[in-house]
Amino acid sequence: MSLLRHSAVELLAQLASGQTTSVALTEAYLGQIKQHDPQVKAFLRVDPQRALDRAAEIDQRRRQGEPIGRLAGLPVAIKDLLCTQGEPTTCASKMLEHFKPPYDATVIARLKAADAVLIGKTNMDEFAMGGSTENSAYQKTANPWDLARIPGGSSGGSAACIAAGMAAMAVGSDTGGSIRQPAGLCGVTGLKPTYGRVSRYGLVAFASSLDQIGPLARTAEDAAQLLEVLAGHDPLDSTSVNIPVPKYSQTVKQPLKNLRLGLVREHFGQGLDGEVEAAVRQAVEVYRSLGATVKDVSLPHARFGVATYYIIAPCEASSNLARYDGVHYGHRTDEKELLAGLAAERTALEAAGRHAEVDALDNPLVRMYRQSRAEGFGPEVKRRIMLGTYALSAGYYDAYYLKALKVRRLIRKDFDDAFQDVDLIVGPVTATTAFKLGEKINDPLSMYLVDLYTVSANLAGIGGIAFPCGFSAAGLPIGLQLQAPPFEEERLLRAAHMFQQATDWHRRYPALVS
Amino acid sequence: MSLTRQEVQKVSLLARLQLTPDELDLMTAQMGQIVAYVETLSELDTENVEPMAHAVEVANVFAADELRPSLDRAAALENAPHHDREFYLVPAVLGE
Repeated sequence: MSLLRHSAVELLAQLASGQTTSVALTEAYLGQIKQHDPQVKAFLRVDPQRALDRAAEIDQRRRQGEPIGRLAGLPVAIKDLLCTQGEPTTCASKMLEHFKPPYDATVIARLKAADAVLIGKTNMDEFAMGGSTENSAYQKTANPWDLARIPGGSSGGSAACIAAGMAAMAVGSDTGGSIRQPAGLCGVTGLKPTYGRVSRYGLVAFASSLDQIGPLARTAEDAAQLLEVLAGHDPLDSTSVNIPVPKYSQTVKQPLKNLRLGLVREHFGQGLDGEVEAAVRQAVEVYRSLGATVKDVSLPHARFGVATYYIIAPCEASSNLARYDGVHYGHRTDEKELLAGLAAERTALEAAGRHAEVDALDNPLVRMYRQSRAEGFGPEVKRRIMLGTYALSAGYYDAYYLKALKVRRLIRKDFDDAFQDVDLIVGPVTATTAFKLGEKINDPLSMYLVDLYTVSANLAGIGGIAFPCGFSAAGLPIGLQLQAPPFEEERLLRAAHMFQQATDWHRRYPALVS
Repeated sequence: MSLTRQEVQKVSLLARLQLTPDELDLMTAQMGQIVAYVETLSELDTENVEPMAHAVEVANVFAADELRPSLDRAAALENAPHHDREFYLVPAVLGE
C-alpha cells in the first residue's frame, strides 16, 4: 500500500520502527502535491526544501537516539490563518499578501515542539468567511472526489489536502462549521473542540467568541493524536481554559459502553437530502448494533441558529477587522493616486457648485483607510464588515446584536437540556453533499444556510466532530456529525473511533490517491 | 425592513470602506435580503433572557504585573507599509 493511504498513527509507528523515514514520507507527500495540487489547489504555499531539511534533521535526531516529539517527522499542513514567524500568513486575503508575522501562533509553537514537519499553508475562504473556499483571493480549491465541486470551507484546503493524500494531518479553524463542514464534504475526520480548549493566540481573528482551532485527519485516532498536541491552557489567550488535557491518543481506543445518542427531531426536516438522511440513519443503526441506545431529542431554537450566527459573527468581524487600517501592517493604497483622486473629486464638486458635498469629503487619512480596505478585502469580507457595522450602529444595537446574544443563550440552553438525557447528539453535517463550484457564489444567503447544522455548536461553545458515514450514488462523501457537552472531546473521539472500527468509509480514497 | 442606498452609504463610511456605485447597489440589495432573514429572531420572546456574549463565561483573567520581553521597534515596524524607523507614517490630516 502506498504511504499516502496510511493513517498518521500507522505512519508514526513506521517512523518509530524505522520502516520509513520522515524524508521518505515528506517526499511522498511533496510528490503527490506536485502531481495533483495544480488541479486540487489545496495549498497556497509549499516550501519543499525547507520541509525536507526539517525531515532530515528529525530523522538524524531519531537515528542518534535523541529525544524527539510525539509527532516527530510527520508532515502536517496548516491553514493559512495561523501565524508562522517570518513566513507569509495571508488568510487568503490580498490584505495580508505581504504580511510576515513576527511570532508563532501557540499551536504552531506546539507543533514545532512536537517535531512535526510543517509541509505548507492551506487555502481557505478569505479571513475564514465562507463555506466553499471560493472566497479565497488567490485560488479556488477543488474537492478531490470531484474536481468540479467545492471542498467546503472555510478550511477547504486543509480538508482537501487530507482527502488527496498530500499531508498526514492538517490544522483548521471552525467559527461556524469551518472544520466539520469541509471534513464532511471531503470524507475526512475533523474536530471542532470546545471553545477554550485550544489557544487562539496567533490565530488571525474572525469572530473571537466563536473561533476555535482543531484537527483534520484521516481517522479519529489521528485526530486524537493531533488534538493532544494542540490542546491546553495558554496564558497568552485569556479565554483558554485551565483544565487538564486528557490523553486522547490513548483513550480514543476505548469503546463507550451504554452510549446514549440523541437524534435531533429538527435536523430531519425540509431541505435534508434523501441520500444524506439515509446514510445518517444507517450510521445510527451501526451505533445501535454497537450497543448504543437512541432517542429523539429536541433543539427547539436550532432553526434560529443561522440568523443568530449571521448577526454575532459579522458584528465581531467588523470589530476585529477594524485593525486593517493600512498603517500598522497589511495592504495600503497608493498615496499619490489617493491624493490626486481626492483633489479631482474636490475640483469637480466645486465646479458643479455642490458645496455641501465638498465639506463632506473624506479627509486624506479617512480616505486612505477606506481605499486601502476596499482594495485589500474581497466581496464576502466587505459584506460581513458592512453587516456587522450596521448591526452595531446607533439605534440598531438592541434590535440585532443584543437580541442575537439572547437567542444565543436559548440555543445553549437547548443543548444543556438535551444533554440531560443523552451523551452525544448525532446528525448530519450538511443537508447535501458537495455542491458545484460557482453554484452559490452569487447568492450569499443560500451560502449562509449551508451552515444550518454546524453553527449552533459554535454559538453554544460546545465541541463537535465530523467523519464519513457513506457516499452518494454520485460518489461524494456524506458526513456524520456528533456533538458533545463542553470539554467532552474525549467522548467525541472515542465514539468516532468506535464507528470507524465497525465501518471502512474513512479508508476510501479518491482516484487521485494511488 | 429594507435598507436604503443612503443608509448603506453611511455604513460604508462607518466601516471605513470605499464602495463604487455598483458595489453600493449590490450591497444594498444583498444586505436588505440578509437583514430581512435575520429579523426572523423578532418572532422570539426574549424579554427575560440574559444575553450570552461568550461561551465560557469567565470573569476577569489577570496576568502577573511583571516585565516580559515584547517586540522590539524594528520588528513591530517591519510589516508597516510606510514608516521612518521610528513612527508609522500616515497622510497629513491637518493644515490643509
